[in-house]
Amino acid sequence: MVLIFAESPRGNLKKAAFEAVTYGKKVADLLGTSCIALTLGAVKDAGELGRYGAGRVLNAADPAFNNFDSQTYAGAIADVAKSNGATVIITSHTSSGKSVAGRLAVRLGAGLVSGVNSLPEVNGGNLRVKKSVFSGKAVAEYEITSPVKVVSLMGNAVKPEVSGDPVSVEAVSANAGAGRIRVKEVKTQEGRVPLPEAEIVVSAGRGMKDPSNWGIVEELAETLGATTACSRPVADSHWRPHNEHVGQTGIAIRPNLYIAIGISGAIQHLAGVNNSKVIVVINKDSEAPFFKAADYGVVGDLFEVVPRLNAALKKFKAAH
Amino acid sequence: MKFLVCISQTPDTTAKVSFNADGTEYNAAGVQFIMNPYDEWYALVRACELREALGGTVVALNVGPAANETTIRKALAIGADEAVRINADPKSAAFTAKQIAEYARNENFDIIFLGKETIDYNGSEVGAMVAEYLDLPYVSYASKLDLDGNTATLERDIEGGVEVLEVDTPFVVSAAKGMAEQRIPNMRGIMTARTKPLKEVQPVAFDESVEAAQFTLPPAKAGVKLVDPENMDELVRLLHEEAKII
Repeated sequence: MVLIFAESPRGNLKKAAFEAVTYGKKVADLLGTSCIALTLGAVKDAGELGRYGAGRVLNAADPAFNNFDSQTYAGAIADVAKSNGATVIITSHTSSGKSVAGRLAVRLGAGLVSGVNSLPEVNGGNLRVKKSVFSGKAVAEYEITSPVKVVSLMGNAVKPEVSGDPVSVEAVSANAGAGRIRVKEVKTQEGRVPLPEAEIVVSAGRGMKDPSNWGIVEELAETLGATTACSRPVADSHWRPHNEHVGQTGIAIRPNLYIAIGISGAIQHLAGVNNSKVIVVINKDSEAPFFKAADYGVVGDLFEVVPRLNAALKKFKAAH
Repeated sequence: MKFLVCISQTPDTTAKVSFNADGTEYNAAGVQFIMNPYDEWYALVRACELREALGGTVVALNVGPAANETTIRKALAIGADEAVRINADPKSAAFTAKQIAEYARNENFDIIFLGKETIDYNGSEVGAMVAEYLDLPYVSYASKLDLDGNTATLERDIEGGVEVLEVDTPFVVSAAKGMAEQRIPNMRGIMTARTKPLKEVQPVAFDESVEAAQFTLPPAKAGVKLVDPENMDELVRLLHEEAKII
């Protein structure tokens, strides 16, 4: 049996959970087995996971699970895994999923590969999985040889696919135990797709010259339904908030489309964006190293090019 | 207070990535190695700051061969009081986590620090594993850590925001940008680092359950296609028809 931990930050299932269940269903099909999704705490519309392929959806509703603590979460997931004879456990490769996955591996004596980005190959009793390493500069294949296997699934690696109908949610009792993390406050920006989940990212750097010039970047992002990001010097100068900083020390992203505006493309920046599917670079300096990593490049003054691109996109959107 | 900082050695960010002929091992020839930046800039520096404010000891721990001692001495130069090297060439995060946990088990550390991930294998696995072995709370991706008596207040980076939380010592924490500022070792630090204790410990046995089977380099990009800055309709057309992403 394949067990998917479908995470639900603040009670809501998000893309990461739908991706994990879509992936888990496919892994279960490869192994000729069933797939169960587990949710923890109060979760809205958990039965929806059936639409993404979960044969059963379980929920442990102890209010202690309403705040994340990797220790209590891993305990509950491990209990459900054992009582249902799970051989593969899948989490999302998110801030929470990562910390649960490592604990599960130890608790269940399982081999763990974190951040897998494609379907495994079944090799006898082993699973062979792929992930990106060296910040996207190489691909590694690992063979998990233990009877129980844990993988965390990289965001944007699979597209959520509807393959079934909602199912009714089965309550399970899982003991939260005594959690030792006391969550005091969660500060999130509502109405904005978080960078690790974003499919389109519009990012700008020092070429913007002044924080007051960001209007054209935000307008472009709005037209595209994109999340905005920035380079390290911009965040360090407090032109933009730190949570927009993508790159090696900031957030690593893998959107379908990354548009880099006035960013030269230092190797530390590329390390955080290398895994983007398509990269567009707009820079007035034709020698900017970023062009070497780009799919499409525009050599020109960003203050002219960006509004022009925005207008062209609006025209395109109106026609399609 | 007794702080453990787990430091890892990684290829320099700018190092060229290549593998041996059959793609089973990283090719370290000619590569410059550094202390993993998250371990050095954030975890180690924050531990040193807390020690300076509250007293106590900072122990730097590396699981690695004798060749890593240059990196370990750098940790001592930055401010660790003593160091431990577990003499092994780790093949997996699980192996490293087991070694750290076995060493720390009887040492009564108040906080065990690590960086949020290493810049080579990007696994972010070791911290959670160490915490599980030792039955300790774990806070990942912490961008802030303050300590008041035995209670720590932390901010943890989550998707699209931060979570503010409290936890009592002992616990394990992985450090992200914001927890501290990079420190360059000064001459006095470098001199004293030479005589600070660096203990060698032998590893415990561990059965691997994950094997690295194959490393490959991704296919090279086809090269940038330049678009006339006057003609953004063309860029939109390419993104729609060729790249098929809008």
